[in-house]
Amino acid sequence: MNNRLVRLKSVSKTFADKPILQNISMTINQGEITTIIGPNGAGKSSLIRIILGLISPDEGTIETSTNLTVGYMPQKVNIDHTLPISTCRFLQLANTSHEECHKALELVGIPEIKDTPFHKLSGGEMQRALLARSILRKPNLLVLDEPVQGVDFSGQNELYGLIGKLRSSLNCGIVMVSHDLHLVMSATDHVICLNHHICCQGKPEQVTQDPAYVDIFGETALYNHQHNHQHSLKGEVLDSEGVHRHGEGCQHD
Amino acid sequence: MIDFLIYALLAGLGVAAVAGPLGCFVVWRRMAYFGDTLAHSALLGVALGVLLNIDLGIAVTAVCLLMALGLVALEQQGVLALDTLLGILSHSALAAGLVVISLLSDIRVDLMSLLFGDLLSVTIADLWVIYAGASVAIVLLATLWKSLISITVEPELAAVEGINVTRVRTALMLITALVIAIAMKIVGVLLITALLIIPAAAARRICATPESMAIIASLGAMASVISGLAASWYIDTPAGPSIVISAALLFCLSLGFKQKG
Repeated sequence: MNNRLVRLKSVSKTFADKPILQNISMTINQGEITTIIGPNGAGKSSLIRIILGLISPDEGTIETSTNLTVGYMPQKVNIDHTLPISTCRFLQLANTSHEECHKALELVGIPEIKDTPFHKLSGGEMQRALLARSILRKPNLLVLDEPVQGVDFSGQNELYGLIGKLRSSLNCGIVMVSHDLHLVMSATDHVICLNHHICCQGKPEQVTQDPAYVDIFGETALYNHQHNHQHSLKGEVLDSEGVHRHGEGCQHD
Repeated sequence: MIDFLIYALLAGLGVAAVAGPLGCFVVWRRMAYFGDTLAHSALLGVALGVLLNIDLGIAVTAVCLLMALGLVALEQQGVLALDTLLGILSHSALAAGLVVISLLSDIRVDLMSLLFGDLLSVTIADLWVIYAGASVAIVLLATLWKSLISITVEPELAAVEGINVTRVRTALMLITALVIAIAMKIVGVLLITALLIIPAAAARRICATPESMAIIASLGAMASVISGLAASWYIDTPAGPSIVISAALLFCLSLGFKQKG
């Protein structure tokens, strides 16, 4: 289980004289879910891109295991509506057969949309379709960039549940980016709190109590994060009531 | 007497065949302005060709290809927004072309035929060039088809799945440059982009897959060439603009269909 997939050593990246990532060291193991959280502009997406090999760091090294196959779920895919492409065809761009695409769509719970034009999918369907494409090449590392973006609360719970299941069925490592911790709590093994550098990391319970975490999400981040971590501390899994209360709190704040 | 009409028809059909699939990418990737920029720089190619006394076709193709490579390089620098960059290059190239042509006082360059095409003066030699260029473009498009679709849909996903995005994108730019260089004779500098995007836009209404859209766009472009030439023959209108008007009419017809997919 403890196969190391990717290791970053003292990675730094600068964009336009602005240090985006400073001295990041982290390890991604097979079978583990690592969640990267942090405020907007903290460098989460840049870190993901470095792990994916889409950009190279200015300093530091990345080691990847030799048998690494990566599945990637981008935040969003904007297909120009002038490009007619069915959801099944979109999945087949990952070089797979029709049957495998159908199986993947079934696995993520949306087999009925295989012939729907991709640009007509709803937010939740789109995220599930992207998740389906990310698992098509039988990856041992899944990289998910804000996998529940634009999905309603009950859908978010379902998606996180699905991601947890994928971890065991594919026996893969998972790295995901998230804005908020409270929903991912139950599924995550390791949390990295990022604000250009790694502020704190560890098990979810540890991180939420870390002064550095409270600092970031108390000062710079959004109002809901203050609510979030209080709610999160109450228990591993938030029931739907807890989620609902939080939603109201948000709106009133 | 009928020879030049057959040459014109064959030349037009050759360019139309490749304009279909390529035009689809121009539409999908929103490269219309890119096409205009290359077309405008083709005029500079003509001017330089006359100035340096080299074959015009070669000069135009060379300038278009260089311009495409330059754009790829500048785009990767990311200094300016792409449309600003294209605007600067496009109009500078057009202006430079016009200035150089005006300086060549002893040689008469038929500006109208460059701007709007001179399909009816196509020779056998032109036909060879057009078919060689179009074949290269079609073979490249077919070979790279899947990768091209993939990087058009989502480049980062394509890169993670092992496609060399920069190489494929550069190839598409170069194919576009090549097709524009050979299409100049047909519809001229100012109307080339129309031949690329109008049939593709018309095809979009009735197609539900990328492949069918490419094929229907080709057929639409060919039909435009035939009817444009017919108009030119029977009512004596300029061939290039007549082809574009035919394509525009086809597009209007396509609006009557319910959008598919």
